[in-house]
Amino acid sequence: MLLVVEQFLNGLQFGLLLFLLAAGLTLVFGIMDLVNLAHGSLYMMGAYFAATFVAWSGNFIIGILLALGATLLLGIVLEVVALRHLYGRDHLDHVLATFGLILFFNDLVRLVWGPAGLALPLPGWLTVPVQIIPGVFYPAYRLAIISVALAVALMLYIVVMRTRLGMLIRAGASNREMIGALGINIKLLYTLVFGLGAALAGLAGLMEAPILTVQIGMGENILILAFVIIVIGGIGSIRGAFVAAILVGMIDTLGRAFLPDLLRGVLSSAAASTAAPALSSMLIYLLMAIVLVARPEGLFPASRR
Amino acid sequence: MRRAFWLAGAAALALAQPAAAGDTIKIGFVSTFSGPTAVIGKDMRNSFELALDHLGRKMAGKPVEVIYEDDQQKPDIGKQKTEKLVQSDHVDFIVGYIWSNVLLASLKTAVDSQTFLISANAGPSQLAGELCSPYVFSTSWQNDQTPAAMGLYMNQKGVKSVFLIGPNYAAGKDMLAGVKSTFKGQVLGEEYTVWPSQLDFSAELTKARNSKAESIFVFYPGAAGVQFLNQYVQAGIKQQIPLYTAFTIDELSLPLQKDNALGVPGAQEWVHDLPNEQNKKFVEDYRKKYAPARPTYYGAQAYDAAQLINSAVVAVKGDTSKKDAMKAEMEKADFKSLRGSFRYGNNHIPIQNFYLQDVVKDADGQLSLKTVATIVKDNQDNFHDKCPMK
Amino acid sequence: MKPSSVDYRNVVAALVVVGLLALPLFSQLTGNFFVLTLFTRIVIFSLAAVSLNLIMGYGGMMSFGHAAYLGIGGYAVGILAAEGIGSGFIQWPVALAASALFALVIGALSLRTRGVYFIMITLAFAQMAYYVASGLSRYGGDDGLTIYKRSGFAGLINLSNRVEFYYLCLFCLFGGVFLVWRIVNSRFGLVVQGLRSNEQRMQAIGFPAKRYQLVCFVISGTMCGLAGALLANNTDFISPAVMYWTRSGDLMVMVILGGMGSLFGPVVGAIVYLVLEEFLSQVTEYWAMIMGPLLLLIVLFGRGGILGLIGSFSRD
Repeated sequence: MLLVVEQFLNGLQFGLLLFLLAAGLTLVFGIMDLVNLAHGSLYMMGAYFAATFVAWSGNFIIGILLALGATLLLGIVLEVVALRHLYGRDHLDHVLATFGLILFFNDLVRLVWGPAGLALPLPGWLTVPVQIIPGVFYPAYRLAIISVALAVALMLYIVVMRTRLGMLIRAGASNREMIGALGINIKLLYTLVFGLGAALAGLAGLMEAPILTVQIGMGENILILAFVIIVIGGIGSIRGAFVAAILVGMIDTLGRAFLPDLLRGVLSSAAASTAAPALSSMLIYLLMAIVLVARPEGLFPASRR
Repeated sequence: MRRAFWLAGAAALALAQPAAAGDTIKIGFVSTFSGPTAVIGKDMRNSFELALDHLGRKMAGKPVEVIYEDDQQKPDIGKQKTEKLVQSDHVDFIVGYIWSNVLLASLKTAVDSQTFLISANAGPSQLAGELCSPYVFSTSWQNDQTPAAMGLYMNQKGVKSVFLIGPNYAAGKDMLAGVKSTFKGQVLGEEYTVWPSQLDFSAELTKARNSKAESIFVFYPGAAGVQFLNQYVQAGIKQQIPLYTAFTIDELSLPLQKDNALGVPGAQEWVHDLPNEQNKKFVEDYRKKYAPARPTYYGAQAYDAAQLINSAVVAVKGDTSKKDAMKAEMEKADFKSLRGSFRYGNNHIPIQNFYLQDVVKDADGQLSLKTVATIVKDNQDNFHDKCPMK
Repeated sequence: MKPSSVDYRNVVAALVVVGLLALPLFSQLTGNFFVLTLFTRIVIFSLAAVSLNLIMGYGGMMSFGHAAYLGIGGYAVGILAAEGIGSGFIQWPVALAASALFALVIGALSLRTRGVYFIMITLAFAQMAYYVASGLSRYGGDDGLTIYKRSGFAGLINLSNRVEFYYLCLFCLFGGVFLVWRIVNSRFGLVVQGLRSNEQRMQAIGFPAKRYQLVCFVISGTMCGLAGALLANNTDFISPAVMYWTRSGDLMVMVILGGMGSLFGPVVGAIVYLVLEEFLSQVTEYWAMIMGPLLLLIVLFGRGGILGLIGSFSRD
């Protein structure tokens, strides 16, 4: 039973982290209709900035705040220099161009920071495990991720649902032409939204950095998961992204945790331990296929006709 | 101006044209030089270059030309590069190969063309068994050997039970099988994770803790090793269950693992402080030439590969068409290996010692690896019976 | 689209055809066999790109899982070879049939969706195929399967002969291009293209839209399965890596780079992409740093890929 509680927390933490990444992606996709494969590169840059700034300033919190600012800035520059010119173009043009950006960022990082990767060590107070209920210890840092991600999700909810900016964002997601007609400075709105998405990706990257490592190409595998999430959730829908992210995080973690034992009941032990990892990584894609077959526009389609 | 440019280009091309066969010893080097694991390829190249420096960049009086090719860690690219080296560059030797799958894909090209291939790292069980070839040598190990040594050490320490975690690809399965082949205690669990995309090991760590096993064994090369240790420490398991490793902590990962790796033992056939003259010279010169980098076992194996080739070329006085004589010479392993010395088995895989390495703090407070003990002497892999060569 | 005098695109296509036909001669004359090895690979990927172009360029179906067929075709050859069935007369039909069947099933499910959702659902199926192959421990699992003997065709053609194999691949490529040309200009092809621009109207006229698209999808998958069988023979090796999503991405890049919806665009794209990759990686380790911005620039300034760019010079 305690095992289930702990695995549940693992799944929640992973899902929330995926949400941070997916939220930015779904905003950019939903509002600017831009397929941004380089979102994973922003995630990577956030981690590299954090490792650099934390080492430079000697303070974890200051370093992280600087890194967030840097990723925001990078996102804005990227939007103004390159991606802005892709709005309104075919999705495939986006794929090709942002694929090129991935190649570029990976080699840029290798040139600047070297191929070895960096470490982002945690301050002492975050490395101790915490007893959450009697008998269950959980890493303090993972608890911190859960709280920060929940706070950000809440903040996003408030911004999107309760502010003028959020109203424009929602309007943009369901009807792009409309906000233009309202006389809003679309260019500025787009740049802001992109910067916000970049900062969220950077936040996900730098929070994941102490658990994983800071390395080249770290954004690519997780990027596909983020795409899976926004598609399951329905493109442009923050709420959909949240639900889908938790769902994917849970299924992935719980699948890995309990599938091998379940299979061992059916198959021989050796066959089970080979099949289980393949099967559990397939689960997410299976989920996506099932959702899309049943609901071709995701769980929460943003634009209703 | 434009014309001058083209002339210069043509001149450069002419210069780049390889000298006629026979004048130089040509070596192809296939490893990973791009992507996140480029750091391994770089270390191997550094060490190989250092070996050539030590040899005066000549073998049997002939200049040596090395052509480096990047396999991008992809089997089909590795195969294509191997074909290029054989068909276009007509190399005498091919060296390198970090990854088992890249090596297995490339093997046929080298063997069919009767080009000597020296694996400086990858050691899939097939290479030691049914796929062994007169033209293929290894200066590393067969995958099972190193973890098997770790299993022996755990017996020596009286460990009663273990929980095994490793990546779900051939090397990972070989490694866990290796521990199980020698470990006499109870195996309380065995978890395979998706390679290389799975980055979070929280589910596996939770299970390991709940299994009440006395110890955990893992195999996670490269960045995954850093990630695993991070999560192992953050979950507070380091204070509860000791960790035993193979190929998880090395000089490349240590600067990232930092104190997390302190006191975590590993098994290895080479450690930088092995007390022999050749090794001392290698480590000193490496640190001087490539500061602040430190040599790793990958590099040491590449260095040995250069020395192995040199021994063969010297034996035939630079006439690389005498393949039988070169093969016979290489089978003697008659050169100063950085790991002291080793013999070759019938399958051209080293029969060698394995050492216990620990992570300690230097006098100047820097983390480094240290040889603690010899776990096993003259260890041979378990697959040599399956090799048809006698 | 009508050329004023000379359409340079046709010139390029002719040059490509002649160049590919004459390549073995060049290789023999210069003694550089690697050129032939490299181009055999390029021709095979061209065939895969041509098949993708059929559904992507003409049919408007953006498949992000096309590499799955490369793997299925390849594994059909590899698994049969491993089980001792070396005849190409069995291996190849099985490869084609397996690809067709896979395309039929995932096509029927995927075509319920549209746009980006279609991209992602095809990706999902390809990823599942990837993980299934990774789980085939009998056939090498993640590490792949070495094929010790290339497909035998009872002495008709020897696949181990470099030149013969190259021409076989080239024959398949030209056959593929020809097939696409015939399809595109047939009534069936016109319907499929019509569906891309306006599905509702076509449906209103009374065309069973999904069925037309599905047939097109299956043809494309089968053609790519053939490329997979060739690829497995070329590398003597098959591993799940050929099905990974990045490989599907490579195929998409080739098609878009060369020029979507043009007959020879994907061939040009494959040649340029793979030669550039080979060439730049010889020049610098940081080849991706040049390749990346290059792709971006092509998108920003050359709509319709390389052939589109060339075509724009033709018009006055």
